[in-house]
Amino acid sequence: MSDFPKTPPRFSATFTPAVNAEIRRAAASGIYDIRGGGTKRHLPHFDDLLFLGASISRYPLEGYREKCATDVWLGTRFAKKPIHLDIPVTIAGMSFGALSGPAKEALGRGASAAGTSTTTGDGGMTEEERGHSNTLVYQYLPSRYGMNPDDLRRADAIEVVVGQGAKPGGGGMLLGQKISDRVANMRNLPKGIDQRSACRHPDWTGPDDLEIKIMEIREITDWEKPIYVKVGGARPYYDTALAVKAGADVVVLDGMQGGTAATQDVFIEHVGMPILACIPQAVRALQDLGMHRKVQLIVSGGIRSGADVAKAMALGADAVAIGTAALIALGDNDPKWEAEYQKLGTTADAYDDWHEGRDPAGITTQDPELYKRFDPILGGRRLKNYLKVMTLEAQTIARACGKNHLHNLEPEDLCALTIEAAAMAGVPIAGTNWIPGRTGGF
Amino acid sequence: MQTFDLGAEGLRALNSSLHALKGQTNMTAWEVVNPKGAHAIAAGVDAPVDITVRGSTGYYCAGMNKQATIRIKGSAGPGVAENMMSGTVIIDGDASQYAGATGRGGLLVIKGNASSRCGISMKGINIVVHGNIGHMSAFMAQSGNLVVLGNAGEALGDSLYEARLFVRGTVKSLGTDCIEKEMRPEHFEILEDLLKRGEADAKARPEEFRRYGSARQLYNFNIDNASAY
Repeated sequence: MSDFPKTPPRFSATFTPAVNAEIRRAAASGIYDIRGGGTKRHLPHFDDLLFLGASISRYPLEGYREKCATDVWLGTRFAKKPIHLDIPVTIAGMSFGALSGPAKEALGRGASAAGTSTTTGDGGMTEEERGHSNTLVYQYLPSRYGMNPDDLRRADAIEVVVGQGAKPGGGGMLLGQKISDRVANMRNLPKGIDQRSACRHPDWTGPDDLEIKIMEIREITDWEKPIYVKVGGARPYYDTALAVKAGADVVVLDGMQGGTAATQDVFIEHVGMPILACIPQAVRALQDLGMHRKVQLIVSGGIRSGADVAKAMALGADAVAIGTAALIALGDNDPKWEAEYQKLGTTADAYDDWHEGRDPAGITTQDPELYKRFDPILGGRRLKNYLKVMTLEAQTIARACGKNHLHNLEPEDLCALTIEAAAMAGVPIAGTNWIPGRTGGF
Repeated sequence: MQTFDLGAEGLRALNSSLHALKGQTNMTAWEVVNPKGAHAIAAGVDAPVDITVRGSTGYYCAGMNKQATIRIKGSAGPGVAENMMSGTVIIDGDASQYAGATGRGGLLVIKGNASSRCGISMKGINIVVHGNIGHMSAFMAQSGNLVVLGNAGEALGDSLYEARLFVRGTVKSLGTDCIEKEMRPEHFEILEDLLKRGEADAKARPEEFRRYGSARQLYNFNIDNASAY
């Protein structure tokens, strides 16, 4: 035996312990990993942007006294009854089925108290949600679960869902553990099946058909309701342009950080683009068509704070939508349930097996014992508070940039910390006038 | 009889007039002339009225219909009676693709042929087709009955849930998880009723049909559990 020192164990950067664990899990089960939430990988994001603030060349607004408006009109293009929201932070579509009835109620309560809208999901409209939402957007999805003209007419807007950021090109998924009697009845499916929705709409294909479909929905609702078209962040320039061509009042653009109730991990992590890369392309499409601010743009996917709101709006969005952040505000993944997360083999802030329906916080479940833990009145209050904080934060930044409305924020207010973020967002790297991919130099 | 000239008065005026009919109305008989293939004719009606369209229609005629009886004296474009809730839609000619898509109730009768994806994602509607149906019909069909007096194209009933498919002629191929099933007494009763209401009882008898339904092998993921992990 040699006395030379041994090489210490060295882990592969390719076959990491996490990668190996997934290979072993796949080998044991024969099924891909399914989970909830959005991508967990590191991506260029709003954190890689900074606001420049005012100085001598621009002057700020007095932070606590001068007006900085936050309201937004949605659906001004064709709808007889466009929506007016007090704040530009909306609640994204999440289904009853994925979420409990009380959780949907809390979203409605919180959003209404904050002066914004909430959105149905792939399970139809519930009374809890309609009853507690002053402004409710009704999703028109490929599955058409529960779809009916009465709910179309009692919605405040209609969102034709073509795709979502977590899985552009994929359909919904809700596993049997969550298909309770009520969920099964609303979706007209057998109880307990692993429900996998279609990825394409059953009665239209392509932008020309979509134009006719939108016209039909407008006819059914007597041209009253704003019609949104939601797309996942994949080819935002063309998708936005085609949605406008098809007659959308509002384009909803969801980046890959956007969450889902359940889908394949490989889909969540490997399909789609980060929202930072999507917004400028969508805005350019609107500008090229002369429709920026005429067709409104709502963006989502990883919006967490007023800074994110302000950055999205500075890049040209009219409003944002939050899903995951709203669930966390309600109490999802809260460390107070740590002992129960441990029993499920996970930990607070990492729990993502929403599809199993065993959420200790009682939010992503249909188990009556679990969802009884969740108080929709308190949850609504927490969401209202969080929305208020996001709005105040965004106003703080806008005033510092000298803007009396969040919509007056502009790309010139931003700089980027990394080359990637600069290239995606189309703003210069801090301290330079260099935007990678565009002409010009240091 | 209310006669509405679609060419002269326009679609919005027609649908607006039809939507205004609520509850009891004495304007129960409507005739739409000059449809000229327009889209969304009589979409979203919610009243027990009779509407006859004299000519062929474009996309989504009778979309989301409730209560009304709508007769098309011609052929229908894509998505006729899509998401119908109740009532009856009768087409004298042929129907293009997606006929009766996602329909939740009521009766759709197609006296000619139906194209591809007839009854796609149907959720309770009854559909009677006197002629043939195209490929991928009853894809992901959840409930209701599809009755075809002629032949069915490729991939009938792919990824089917609990809808019942009755075909008198040949089936070019069955889709994934769709199998032929035994005809039981209740199925003969369903057929007898639908053939009668579908104005097809003089053309076919229940015992001439075969039934197709879900093998229910796709209802849950196939997990091996090769070892506890």
